[in-house]
Amino acid sequence: MITLNDLTQISETEWEIPQSFRSDMRGAVRIFATRELLDHVLSDKSLEQAVNATTLPGLVGAVTVMPDMHQGYGFPIGGVAATVFPQGVVSPGAIGYDINCGVRLLGSQIDFETAKAHLDMLATRLNQYCPSGVGKDGLVNISIPELERVLKDGMKWAKKNGYATEADLRCTEESGAFKGADPRKVSERAKKRGKSQLGSLGAGNHFIEVDLVQEIYDEEAASIMGLRKGHLAVQIHTGSRGLGHQVCTDYVREFQGAVRRYNIQLPDRELVCAPMDSPEGAAYLGAMRSAANFAFVNRTLLAHAARRAFEETFAGKTKNWHLHQVYDITHNMGKIEVHEIQGERVKVCVHRKGATRAFGPGSPGLPPEYQKIGQPVLVPGSMGTSSWVLVGTEDSMTRSFGSSCHGAGRMMSRSKAKKQFRGDMLRLELGDRGIHIRAGSMKGLAEEAPNAYKDVNAVVETVSQAGIARKVARLKPLAVIKG
Amino acid sequence: MPFEEISHTADWSIRVWADDLRGLLAESARGMWMLTNAEQAEGPRARREMSLEAYDAEGLLVAFLEELLYLSESEKIVFNEFKGLKVEDLRLSGIMEGGAVRSMEKEIKAVTFHNLEIRETGRGLEVEIVFDV
Repeated sequence: MITLNDLTQISETEWEIPQSFRSDMRGAVRIFATRELLDHVLSDKSLEQAVNATTLPGLVGAVTVMPDMHQGYGFPIGGVAATVFPQGVVSPGAIGYDINCGVRLLGSQIDFETAKAHLDMLATRLNQYCPSGVGKDGLVNISIPELERVLKDGMKWAKKNGYATEADLRCTEESGAFKGADPRKVSERAKKRGKSQLGSLGAGNHFIEVDLVQEIYDEEAASIMGLRKGHLAVQIHTGSRGLGHQVCTDYVREFQGAVRRYNIQLPDRELVCAPMDSPEGAAYLGAMRSAANFAFVNRTLLAHAARRAFEETFAGKTKNWHLHQVYDITHNMGKIEVHEIQGERVKVCVHRKGATRAFGPGSPGLPPEYQKIGQPVLVPGSMGTSSWVLVGTEDSMTRSFGSSCHGAGRMMSRSKAKKQFRGDMLRLELGDRGIHIRAGSMKGLAEEAPNAYKDVNAVVETVSQAGIARKVARLKPLAVIKG
Repeated sequence: MPFEEISHTADWSIRVWADDLRGLLAESARGMWMLTNAEQAEGPRARREMSLEAYDAEGLLVAFLEELLYLSESEKIVFNEFKGLKVEDLRLSGIMEGGAVRSMEKEIKAVTFHNLEIRETGRGLEVEIVFDV
């Protein structure tokens, strides 16, 4: 078990486990956390998992972990690891089963006073139009050839079919379509799982949430994003559903053989990997990007349904009921990026698992409107607590491979949460606070109780103080739809 | 029940034990369905032959549970009874039986290899499995 004595303090918000800690490490572990948040981190096996992640062949720099980090499987949630491209490895387990799980934020010009009498109806419509829960089919059921076009073209497919606008594409990471997607590398099994699930939320911690923009911290950035204090906004948190889960499953199994073939020694089989310039590694990259494109379209269809719910609820009650896309980010992905490492520009694959890209102002790939302020970073809180809109900074580019936190981060196990909280009571409590809840499962709701998570405000204060992201706006939940 | 839920911060984990590998596979499946709170509808039982292979026993366990998860999602059938399970040269064969899903409260995304190790203990074979949820 790693203890505080094994860590070197760099600053109030930064700690390090040196490479000398274990003989098989290829780099250090860099932790962004306050002393208080560190206590949570030390209470589970997340740091052991971060140390294990440093053994990935081709690792460049330190494995970096965010203040919302917690124990996952193989690779910690909240972890960032870069491997040199193309000789280094790509590890599906360091990206996660829910490939391109992410968040989309939509803004509006609807003020709370106009909206408050209609929030219950809005929650009902969102629940009705946005399929959620275990085993629920999606909004569209498409043929396999059509699905392959989704996998290849991502949100370009959605735009062509009337589900997205040019502005939606522009305000999405990678413009909603990863280049290099290769649907031929996605198994028939994955396609079969995906074809009926496009446009569905799923279960677990996924949600659609209507929020109130409660506080603005950076007027210029908020104004550019179209966020105004007192107005409504919508967050959509979901990923690539069964298709992505199957892609990861297929390649984790396939790579059990690849590590033997390439003589790669790892401390945990869930970290299995393959060199990116090997046939196995290249195939996974093509499949992973296909799954990511599926996830972009999945969130797009749900946003389309949310826009319908808003129109039916607010048309005639306010002049402008439209929802504009602020940004769409992925927090489970492997991306080829160029970063400066010890004065040299190096092309790497940045694995982010439960971590958000947080590119600073002027970075490549940002839409023109965000060039000046940096990339929006969306940090949803736990149910019933604040969520945050941040922007990336120049510092994040040099200190965290252009990455920041992705949420509050769990601190209590699901089994303990189920014993400690009751879903029906929680719904009543949140209702008393003016939060309209629609949930498919009361047990599922109990597992997602706010007290099972860390304080998202403390997480955001940490990345802000550390300088790897900057605060723009705080959102307060008004209605939550969960599977 | 020869399985129990064990604490994990974000995901789900169970410890399973049985006399031999065949028993361990069957009990792991039942433990997995317990976590999802899967309920079967009344009506005719589905029967299916299965044949799986892997590099080792742990790989076989993951492949078996993944197969069951896949069938529960794609065909909406929970297979929870196993007959004539046979493991030869890391090849698993046998018959599985199950019923249509009436309800399933929780979703398991995947079965992981995280620290997966089948060990011999005083209770026979024992394993801890982490599921991504």
